[in-house]
Amino acid sequence: MTPFVMPDLRPVMPEIIMTIFALVALLADLFLKRKETVGFLSVISVAAVIYALAGSYGTTFNGMFIADGYSLFFKLVFLLNLTLTVLISVKYIAVEKVNFGEYYSLILFSTLGMMIMASAGDLIVLYLGIELMALSTYILAGFIRYDTKSNEAAMKYFLLGAFASAFLLYGIALIYGLTGTTDLHKIGESVNRLIGESKTSSSIHPFTHSPLLLSMIMFAAAFSFKIAAVPFHMWAPDAYEGAPTSITAFMSVGPKAAGFAVIGRVFLTAFGSVKMEWSAILIPVAILTMAAGNIAALSQTNIKRMLAYSSIAHAGYALLGIIAGSADGVASVMNYMLIYAFMNMGAFAVVITLRAEGFKGDNISDYEGLAKTHPAAAALMLVFMFSLTGIPPTAGFMGKFYVFMSAVNAGYTWLVIIAVIFSAISAYFYLRIVMYMYMREPKETVRLTASPSISLALAITAIAVLVIGILPSAFVNFARAAAGF
Amino acid sequence: MEQVIMNKSGFPILSALIFLPIAGALLLLLINRTKEALIKWLSLIVSIAAFILSIPLFTNFDKTTHLMQFTEKHKWIPLWNVNYSLGLDGISVLFVLLSTLITILCVLISWDSIKVKAKEFYISILIMEGAMIGVFCSLDFMLFYLFWEAMLIPMYLLIGVWGGPNRIYAAVKFFLYTLVGSVLMLVGIIVLYFHAGQTFNILELMAKAYPYKLQFWLFWAFFAAFAVKVPMFPVHTWLPDAHTEAPTAGSVILAAVLIKMGAYGFLRFSLPLFPEASKAMTPLMLTLSVIAIIYGAVICLAQTDLKRLIAYSSVSHMGFVTLGIFALNVQGMEGGILQMINHGIVTGALFLSVGMIYDRTHTRQIADYGGVASVMPVYAAAFMIFTLASIGLPATNGFIGEFLIILGGFAASQWAGVLAATGIIIGAGYMLWLYQRVFFMETNTKVAGLNDINAREMLALLPLALLIFWIGVYPNAFLGFMHESVRHLLERVNAGSASEINIAKNIMEILK
Repeated sequence: MTPFVMPDLRPVMPEIIMTIFALVALLADLFLKRKETVGFLSVISVAAVIYALAGSYGTTFNGMFIADGYSLFFKLVFLLNLTLTVLISVKYIAVEKVNFGEYYSLILFSTLGMMIMASAGDLIVLYLGIELMALSTYILAGFIRYDTKSNEAAMKYFLLGAFASAFLLYGIALIYGLTGTTDLHKIGESVNRLIGESKTSSSIHPFTHSPLLLSMIMFAAAFSFKIAAVPFHMWAPDAYEGAPTSITAFMSVGPKAAGFAVIGRVFLTAFGSVKMEWSAILIPVAILTMAAGNIAALSQTNIKRMLAYSSIAHAGYALLGIIAGSADGVASVMNYMLIYAFMNMGAFAVVITLRAEGFKGDNISDYEGLAKTHPAAAALMLVFMFSLTGIPPTAGFMGKFYVFMSAVNAGYTWLVIIAVIFSAISAYFYLRIVMYMYMREPKETVRLTASPSISLALAITAIAVLVIGILPSAFVNFARAAAGF
Repeated sequence: MEQVIMNKSGFPILSALIFLPIAGALLLLLINRTKEALIKWLSLIVSIAAFILSIPLFTNFDKTTHLMQFTEKHKWIPLWNVNYSLGLDGISVLFVLLSTLITILCVLISWDSIKVKAKEFYISILIMEGAMIGVFCSLDFMLFYLFWEAMLIPMYLLIGVWGGPNRIYAAVKFFLYTLVGSVLMLVGIIVLYFHAGQTFNILELMAKAYPYKLQFWLFWAFFAAFAVKVPMFPVHTWLPDAHTEAPTAGSVILAAVLIKMGAYGFLRFSLPLFPEASKAMTPLMLTLSVIAIIYGAVICLAQTDLKRLIAYSSVSHMGFVTLGIFALNVQGMEGGILQMINHGIVTGALFLSVGMIYDRTHTRQIADYGGVASVMPVYAAAFMIFTLASIGLPATNGFIGEFLIILGGFAASQWAGVLAATGIIIGAGYMLWLYQRVFFMETNTKVAGLNDINAREMLALLPLALLIFWIGVYPNAFLGFMHESVRHLLERVNAGSASEINIAKNIMEILK
């Protein structure tokens, strides 16, 4: 019997700190009257985790947990998502009368799950991360207990999420049966050997190697669910509409970015040698995702639903970077997720300010004449809408540009042409918001629920969207460095 | 780089021209919206300052070279080899001047007519000016595309917020048409970038030769963006709506500068980058141009709306411009460029004039007018000048441009020359008929008792009237700018094989 050796805990330190803070937040809730303090505590936890991130690098637990540039970048996106969510939540959950401390604790746990996903070097760890993230988010989606829509959102999200988990487990089981390991690197080596054998024997084409193909399809299905890609996107509009708006914002960025983190890791590490095969799976998924997201968004009357479909569409664009399969492609997806976090969070922050006592403010018609009654909020929304469309000089353009560039470089020009056409179609529904705000007369006086924390979130996101739009170098270089250039 | 003349004075004049209006717009952002007078005066001062700043471009321009002048170059996104690179040559210099001049007039004409959201209006106008100048100065594709697209935002707002009754439809149509074209060009730009060894530098890209098949596809990708902007038949349908519904200032900017960018794009990018493909497509381009000329003119005859009529006349006039460009000879091309400037001046002036009378009567229906000459004699005289210039009467600028184009067109294809000339005849018909219906005949009760144009409005029209005669009498002052650049461009285009290419066969071969 080998003696117990303490594993190196440094790479996993940020996660440990995050766990402690999440538990502290849960406990603090019992003693603190002012729940804003718990929110403040979670922002402090972000600072502590970022501090720990700087010192964490390497592989531990026998390669099950990898802290590298790739995971670091995604973790920063998650932490950004966490911070912005907390900032826009503080006032909002009071308005919704669900001002409980465990709200923040659950957000911390969910973010912890995402961080584990980004660092997973083993399918079991990956599954742990996904479940931790998902279970916390299910609860958050149904956090407004007295609201049936919120309940419905949680229920749908949970049921379909459970299916996705089953798919994932099935995929893991298949690949374990095929290779005898759940370690991503070892799977990669095995698959490579398998492909090598099939080439020499020439009788087995990888496509006829059904367990491998089936396992990849299972993985693609499970991850597609997380990033809300077609045909596993059905849950998104209902869940996004029913969930508390701050959680909708949280869900539209965090789990999606985490989904892309594992897609990148699993497909490029474990299935790197069968790129042609999984491209063939992901290309139709990407096209359908862009099509369904953009076309369905055209006819929405609820802004949260519209942004749900928009987020489906954005997953489609980002998939192009994965399909490109190059280091540049991965870096472009990472960059896109960061930019998407800023612009989508900004848009949701504006949506949240419209929610007031006795006024839901989530219909697109509520935006009529906003430029007249609240010019600043309207101008910010205008910036975010143009950024989501991808019009320069906003960050959205730079994000799309990088993704498209890496896809063209990888030889997928035709796919990029499809993407830009859908991108042009998307202009219609984003501009509709601008049109309502600027070109219609206000019907009723909309009262904004402003708070310092929301103003801060809006300032951060708007400045980031414009700065990245004009000077993207630093961010793109960071993404490239993180992707391992 | 040997293709570039360095900026002799050392002062970054082009950057100043781009960012002065944008800085002005940011300044307006800080001003309280209730201080409308301050907002108006400030935007007027900024636009005049930008114009004064642009005068050295006219006086100090070296006409003896085709090289880029007033250049600036800074690293911007080193990773993608994107530079902040600016410069002007004989093709682009006049458009910058046109942009700065037109902006002043747009501020003047909007003085009393824009009553709601004045702050946002002037911010949009100034941002628009910065972006327009940026488009004409950019020597880097990324920078060019940034300005090209960024321009859509203020224009969308100008049409949609301050426009006529059907403004929302017109604004969305304008935006979507232009965007679809632009994104296809973006894909073209990216493909070109990788093919040419990862550079967005326009001069470097021009120095390379590309295989015919690539040229063919890229020509169409760029065509999508430029043809929509010009607009060429059959993608012109956004223009009548946008021109008609936009506020006066918006129509003027659209007509005077924005739609020139399409033709400018052909000259700056399509022809030098894809010379063989351009040449192969010449018959098709000439055909589309002639269709636009005649179709636009005939449609004008049936219009009952003043602004719509002038909008369709733009389709016809821009047909002349593309005809001149794709004639691929010196006369045609110089005529085309000059006609762009002319059209900017004349149609800009016509839209300004229509805006002035619209402010008084709030109707655009031709039937609501009649006998205006007797109530507003000064206005009628000014309108007569613009009408005659639009028709192309000798001694006005329109004559020089159209004459050169038809000369060039005739050399390229006799049929094109002959058919284009019929466009001029119909043009005279619809413009004079319009003038007759509005200014002569019985005085309509709706126009009785109108005040003649005031000093501010006269000030807005005067520079354009002067330019009409200046170019008309002494065109060399303007043609001189472009001789060298046009000669150089044509050398590049005609360097390839001069053999006739069967276009239909050509397309079939590519598609195989």
